[in-house]
Amino acid sequence: MTSNDLIEVPILTRVEGEGGVTIRLRDGAIENVQLNIYEPPRLFEALLRGRPLEETPDITARICGICPVAYQMSSVHALEAALGIQITPKIRRLRRLLYCGEWIESHALHIHLLHAPDFFGAASGIALAQRFPDEIKRGLQLKKFGNRMLDVVGGRAIHPINVRVGGFHRLPNAQEMASLIPHFEWGVQAATEATRWVATFSFPDFEQPYEYVSLSHPDEYPMNEGEIVSSTGLKIPVTEYDQNFVEEHVAHSTALHAVRRKERTSYFLGPLARINHNRDRLSPSARSLADEVGLAADCRNPFKNIVARCLELVHAYEEALAILRDYDSSGIAHVDYEYREGSGCAATEAPRGILFHEYRVDQAGKIVSGRIIPPTSQNQRQIERDLLEHLTSRLQAGASRDELAIDCERLVRTYDPCISCSTHFLKVRWEECS
Amino acid sequence: MPRKPRLAVFKFASCDGCQLSLLDAEDELLAICDRVEIAHFAEASSDLQPGPYDVALVEGSITTHEDAERIKRVRADSKFLMTIGACATAGGIQSLRNWGQIDEWVQSVYPSPDFIRTLATSTAIADHVLVDFALHGCPINHHQLVDILVALAEGRQPRVPSHSVCLDCKHRGTVCHVVARGIPCLGPVTQSGCGAICPAYDRGCYGCFGPSQPANTASLVSQFQSQGHSTEKLVPLLRSFNAAAPEFHHASEKLVILGTSSEGRRS
Repeated sequence: MTSNDLIEVPILTRVEGEGGVTIRLRDGAIENVQLNIYEPPRLFEALLRGRPLEETPDITARICGICPVAYQMSSVHALEAALGIQITPKIRRLRRLLYCGEWIESHALHIHLLHAPDFFGAASGIALAQRFPDEIKRGLQLKKFGNRMLDVVGGRAIHPINVRVGGFHRLPNAQEMASLIPHFEWGVQAATEATRWVATFSFPDFEQPYEYVSLSHPDEYPMNEGEIVSSTGLKIPVTEYDQNFVEEHVAHSTALHAVRRKERTSYFLGPLARINHNRDRLSPSARSLADEVGLAADCRNPFKNIVARCLELVHAYEEALAILRDYDSSGIAHVDYEYREGSGCAATEAPRGILFHEYRVDQAGKIVSGRIIPPTSQNQRQIERDLLEHLTSRLQAGASRDELAIDCERLVRTYDPCISCSTHFLKVRWEECS
Repeated sequence: MPRKPRLAVFKFASCDGCQLSLLDAEDELLAICDRVEIAHFAEASSDLQPGPYDVALVEGSITTHEDAERIKRVRADSKFLMTIGACATAGGIQSLRNWGQIDEWVQSVYPSPDFIRTLATSTAIADHVLVDFALHGCPINHHQLVDILVALAEGRQPRVPSHSVCLDCKHRGTVCHVVARGIPCLGPVTQSGCGAICPAYDRGCYGCFGPSQPANTASLVSQFQSQGHSTEKLVPLLRSFNAAAPEFHHASEKLVILGTSSEGRRS
């Protein structure tokens, strides 16, 4: 190990947003690892204040171009809680359908274009397409039909325009919905094949005693609602989020870090956490496929997040197909409501994990205050802990700095971090303390 | 055969959605890669090559001192610089800070505001460097992006239609919400490109593609006022994703200054 005080290696590409990693060494051992997020703050909670509450789903969508539906869903559910709105079962199903579309486009993108290249030492999905043309083309098609679903239900794929407090501006056209059915029949099969391909990848041997946190619902795989559960036995309604989790502000990041309130420990959100808590509620094809590809019941290897992501891709296609087959365009598009003073919160499962929103509104229908806790800020502490453990063992095994930089990048990418709003130039900085 | 143009993608304060549009061109993506060389696109590739670049796509607005310097380096490295999306072309939704108190805003979001360094404004790329072409939208339309990249690869000047959303509604056969339902809709003054989706989904256009050229926003605002819409409702409509675009900016300022008196006239 050389002992330069500071080495900068540009690394973390193929993530959504910009961050960096600082690795501090003391006497040849890793003392501390920090994930730095350089994302320029855009101050959404501040800019929402005083605006008509109806704008919230349109505005918060702009926090993330990859998972705008998650922001729309958490915001409308939180506002509906504040206003005492009960949506109809039909609106509820359509929201799940829209969420399926987002899981599909986001998961298919991450699996094929962002993450898979790591397992073959390729620089990009486009480069990987030279070696696996059929697999990458299939992945692009899988992504495309998720986006087409968002077009039909949401009006467009990025920043959909059809979501509103109380439901939708209008119900999707039945013919357009029916035209998606053959593509989604293909999608269940194609996603299954993609999962079988991904399961053959070679996964680093690394496991941690995570506290997995996700939503859980008795009747369905969690998306729009459920209780918050954890692998240490926590089981709480979303309204008790603040009693159990807290955000801390650290100097090296413009994203707040969330930790367990009492223990001040990290926790793990995302596909692996969801599958661990809700495996028996996966769709039939996804459930049997999980057994077939041998995903352990209590898998603690973060590199296998990509397998969990594939299984959720199968699930989302299969559930969407069932909703599409059942669809007719009768019924109301949205529930009417009246303004009242109040506050409400909600959590939904964004592709990367729990997204918590809370709003206070006034009698004139304006936002008084808002609070948004995205999944990546909750995973951030866990990513740092993983890096410390993984890089330490790799260092002990004699890995070079260049190899460690690659390992570092790959481990961060397993979380599919959405560090949106940044310059995409992530650096590993090495600091040697003496 | 001439060499392929070298393409770079750069991000400033934004949501990632506009550059994601390139990856959302699923049917064209691999073919595009045959026409242009992707030299620097961090969201898609770890192979980050240094400049100079033939074409730079710039997403996001300028909100920090560092970014105000970085955009100059991007400009110096790029022959043709194109802004993509409302953040880069007009400052984005984050330009609402231009009307607020930045210190108070930061304090309201972050428990330790001292850790945060940001400018009091969010500004368009063209406020800092020369921009060769601006593609509007929040988000941009990926079909337009693909057309432009093909044009550039062939050495043609890129073009996009400049009419308003209103005309697209007529093409689609969508009934006008302003006329039929008295709903405020920015379609008459908003740049085409989205496909007039909002009116087709039973809601007014909220101007996410920015002002069309020319846009008689003052006249449209008077129409809304004559239909009984209050300043309180119209100001946020004009001040959203393209709040700092000059035509929307001036119209919202005028409303704030004259709003009370014109509402008085109405009654």
